[in-house]
Amino acid sequence: MLKIENLNVHYGGIHALRGVNMHIEKGKIISLIGANGAGKSTTLKSIMGLVNKSGGSVIYKGEDITKSNTIDIVKKGIALTPEGRKVFPDQTVKENLLLGAYLRKDKKGIKEDLEWIYTLFPRLLEREWQIAATLSGGEQQMLAVGRSLMSRPELLMMDEPSLGLAPIIVKDIFSIIKEINRAGVSVLLIEQNAKAALEISDYAYVLETGVVTLEGAGKDLISNDAVRKAYLGA
Amino acid sequence: MDFVRDNLPYILAGISVGGQYALIAIGYTMVYGILRLINFAHGDMFMIAGLMGVYAVTWMPLYLAIPFVIIFTVILGFAIERVAYKPLRSAPRMSVMISAIGVSYLLQNLALYITGGLTKTYPSIPWISNTVKVFGATTKVVTLITPVLTIALVVALVLLINHTKMGMAMRAVSRDFETARLMGIKIDSVISLTFIIGSFLAAVGSILYFSNYTGVMPTAGAMPGLKAFVAAVFGGIGSIPGAVIGAFIIGICENIIKGVGWTTFSDAFTFALLIVILIVKPTGLFGEKNIDKV
Repeated sequence: MLKIENLNVHYGGIHALRGVNMHIEKGKIISLIGANGAGKSTTLKSIMGLVNKSGGSVIYKGEDITKSNTIDIVKKGIALTPEGRKVFPDQTVKENLLLGAYLRKDKKGIKEDLEWIYTLFPRLLEREWQIAATLSGGEQQMLAVGRSLMSRPELLMMDEPSLGLAPIIVKDIFSIIKEINRAGVSVLLIEQNAKAALEISDYAYVLETGVVTLEGAGKDLISNDAVRKAYLGA
Repeated sequence: MDFVRDNLPYILAGISVGGQYALIAIGYTMVYGILRLINFAHGDMFMIAGLMGVYAVTWMPLYLAIPFVIIFTVILGFAIERVAYKPLRSAPRMSVMISAIGVSYLLQNLALYITGGLTKTYPSIPWISNTVKVFGATTKVVTLITPVLTIALVVALVLLINHTKMGMAMRAVSRDFETARLMGIKIDSVISLTFIIGSFLAAVGSILYFSNYTGVMPTAGAMPGLKAFVAAVFGGIGSIPGAVIGAFIIGICENIIKGVGWTTFSDAFTFALLIVILIVKPTGLFGEKNIDKV
């Protein structure tokens, strides 16, 4: 579905990504783990066209989107839930969700998806008219995920959805990710919480200072010694 | 009661000039809200709109001249943003600010070149330049129209921002460019729209203002522009209702000071107010509070 080949990104003099290769299969959950500063967020941002690529290619459903702009990429069916949630703080929950559907014109479909998101996150329905800034961290994360889903993506990329949340809410978030995936959305997940991510992933990549150093099925990586030492604290 | 009767002409004039400041102040506050830029060229654009009004009536009948002035100003505002600010989108904010000062001087000097430095007399527009009597006080019709028109335009603008999809996008962009882009919002279109609205209101303001104070010279934008800027800061820069309320307060206070006989201090009052606000409440009356959760 999404093929990333030899992706390179430079920030000024820093070579942030040095030839990343990844392959995301349709209908799967893929995770990308790695330490701070390894280039995980940069990978997602460069896929979305938010960061300029200095080399390599991104192919989505057979189409080269390396040079496409963010709007076209969203239209083609990729969405990114940014790190730190980034809900629009002074707009209501409903407005935030509708902003996710900004490019869509099908009123009926938007209404259906809104209802789907409210069944997925009943808390958001309760707080439909509340200003997003007044939500708790976990609710804001749910809102950010819901907002991404409102563009009806085929591939949802999530940057650290569990960051800064209480363990019990983290569990909720991971079960929601599985549910979204069951609804037919492919997921590319970035996580600090490597264990939880690997457990639900079909396949995973380990990124170190801008290069993929290890890849494999989620289960295999959990039992991999190098991964255990570096990311699972065992 | 005597105080009100004696001061009625000044209060009316204050409400009127306050409305005119408000129309300019919205342009400052909206551009700041989206770009975090003080558009120093805004007052000069207001002056150019006035000058264009002077020339337009010699080229065409009045009923065409008014829409012409408005459309011209809107195109000018749009063009200034595209030429002088858009190329600096990823530059430090100070560079954009300097570019704005450059545009300000460019417009002033352009006006100086065109007019030869002479004060041009603004055409009198039938009906709105007529005089009327209100409770025994003589004033121009424009004095009465300005606050009504200003409030109508502000209400329309607030409805646009709070209840339309475009307004939702504007509020999103004013918070976070990158996330707005992830929603599929075209940042540049939203910024252009902001300049178009600001220029439109400044053009309407120029017609009302110069119908009252009929002299248009190259520096005519400086004082109303500065006062509108103070109004925007007073109200809390970034806030539209704040800018409007600030403008009315400044307009009324200025004229009451004139009424009391301290005409020479009326401008000083505005700037003294600016200093006091910056010391006491730098975010203004309705300034942005940042409630961000990390």
